[in-house]
Amino acid sequence: MRRQPGHRFRIVGGAVVVVLLVLAGCSSDTGTIESPGTTGGGNVRPAGGPFDPGSVMATVADRGKLIVGTKFDQPGFGLKDPTTGKVQGFDVEVAKLVALAIFGGTPEAVEGKIEFVETVSKNREPYIQTDRVDMVVATYTINDARKQVIDFAGPYFVAQQDIMVKADDDSIKGVDDLNGKSVCTVLGSTSEKNLRAKAPRANVVLFDVYSTCAEALADGRVAAVTTDSPILAGLVKARGSAFELVKNPFSDEPYGIGVKKGATEWRAFINDQLDAMFASGEWKAAFEASLGQIGLDTPEPPSVDRYP
Amino acid sequence: MRVLVDNLGAYVGGLGTTAALTVLSFALAMAVGVVIAGFRVSPVVPLRFVGALYVETIRNTPLLVLLFLFVFGLTKLGVLYGYFTSAVLVLGGYTGALVAETVRSGINTVEPGQAEAGRALGLTFPEVLLRLVLPQALRRVVAPLGGLFVALIKNSALASFVSVVDLNSVAEAVTNRTGRPLQAFGIAGVAYVLLAVPSGLGVGWLERRLAVTR
Repeated sequence: MRRQPGHRFRIVGGAVVVVLLVLAGCSSDTGTIESPGTTGGGNVRPAGGPFDPGSVMATVADRGKLIVGTKFDQPGFGLKDPTTGKVQGFDVEVAKLVALAIFGGTPEAVEGKIEFVETVSKNREPYIQTDRVDMVVATYTINDARKQVIDFAGPYFVAQQDIMVKADDDSIKGVDDLNGKSVCTVLGSTSEKNLRAKAPRANVVLFDVYSTCAEALADGRVAAVTTDSPILAGLVKARGSAFELVKNPFSDEPYGIGVKKGATEWRAFINDQLDAMFASGEWKAAFEASLGQIGLDTPEPPSVDRYP
Repeated sequence: MRVLVDNLGAYVGGLGTTAALTVLSFALAMAVGVVIAGFRVSPVVPLRFVGALYVETIRNTPLLVLLFLFVFGLTKLGVLYGYFTSAVLVLGGYTGALVAETVRSGINTVEPGQAEAGRALGLTFPEVLLRLVLPQALRRVVAPLGGLFVALIKNSALASFVSVVDLNSVAEAVTNRTGRPLQAFGIAGVAYVLLAVPSGLGVGWLERRLAVTR
């Protein structure tokens, strides 16, 4: 068949058009949100500052956007709604209150100035170290090992590690019963460390996220899932009556806000905001709006640890 | 290289698991691939259809999607295999589709006169395929099959997503422990190369030995 003139051009041109359409259709992989927030109150706060030039606050203010790492699959703390693209939860509310101190405005308006990036447990330190995020609020337990590589503001909440089993399973009453059983948790979490320390003969199954662990429990591949009780409470609630909590907690998990190691001004700023939100009642309001909705009682706020 | 020295046991274990995954999966892939290739060239139309359907669906689905569908989707239908077994089955089935296409192209390069002579001698189709055509076809596609083997070494890293402790999983755990992703994944990368390069050399040797001299 004789080639038509311009035949090759049409093929290449067609391919270019297809590539451009695909690129145009690709959306960004970060969760930007633009619907009303869940913290109450319409007080308009003035923007913070002026900030020291060179400080993280100044950088964020100039950029016009605070980049926050959080979980996207944790009911109550950081859960992305697949239909709206909005991330909601206690961690999100705390991040919004910190952003308010930089940008001012109302909780609803400041949402547009935050870019949420998903940080699964094992990514939290790498993302901080490589400046992919300004801070991480992602059910992030403070411990000494992590303090070697990053710094923590807070704590802003103290959870406890517990165990989740199938609703009709009575064989596991506490962490010692996990020895010899298959237990699921997430790679790189303190839950994994505590599990290996307290139940050394447990068969540890590791995934990226807790929602996959819940799936494995439902399928009967593992006998239990262990992590902090608020996370488990969210998973229990999400599945009707399939799961239950053993309610025998075995360690304290103080949640902090992760920032780059050595960022003393930034850490002090965030600690100031945490103190302010504990005192003003905004912290309690944020708790009730998020974790309160999945059945947790509002505790007293913890006290911030401003370690040197 | 403190990172390597402190975690040597973990890395060696991961290397062993990756090697085991690769070898077992490739054995399965060869078996599946030859069978499916046979389906695609057979005179029985339903078999050709099944072969084509298998190759087109499996080859065009991302491997990770297949893995998750198998591990989490099939359990809802009562099919429950261990994580390592599931990874081997999925990796083998996926690579098998690619092997099938490679073997089929090898079959197509065997002179049709061979098959015709076989039929003339009264051999049945399976006999023609197994005893006459396939031995010649396989010798011609050793290089592409070797390429699939090396690709499988790298694809095996996906098994870490279903909690198999392979090299990738070890690198992630070490990153977490030490806060040094560059070193942790760099070592894993070197380990993968240590698996791939000898495989490539072995395939080259095999190809030379099996070359068809005319």
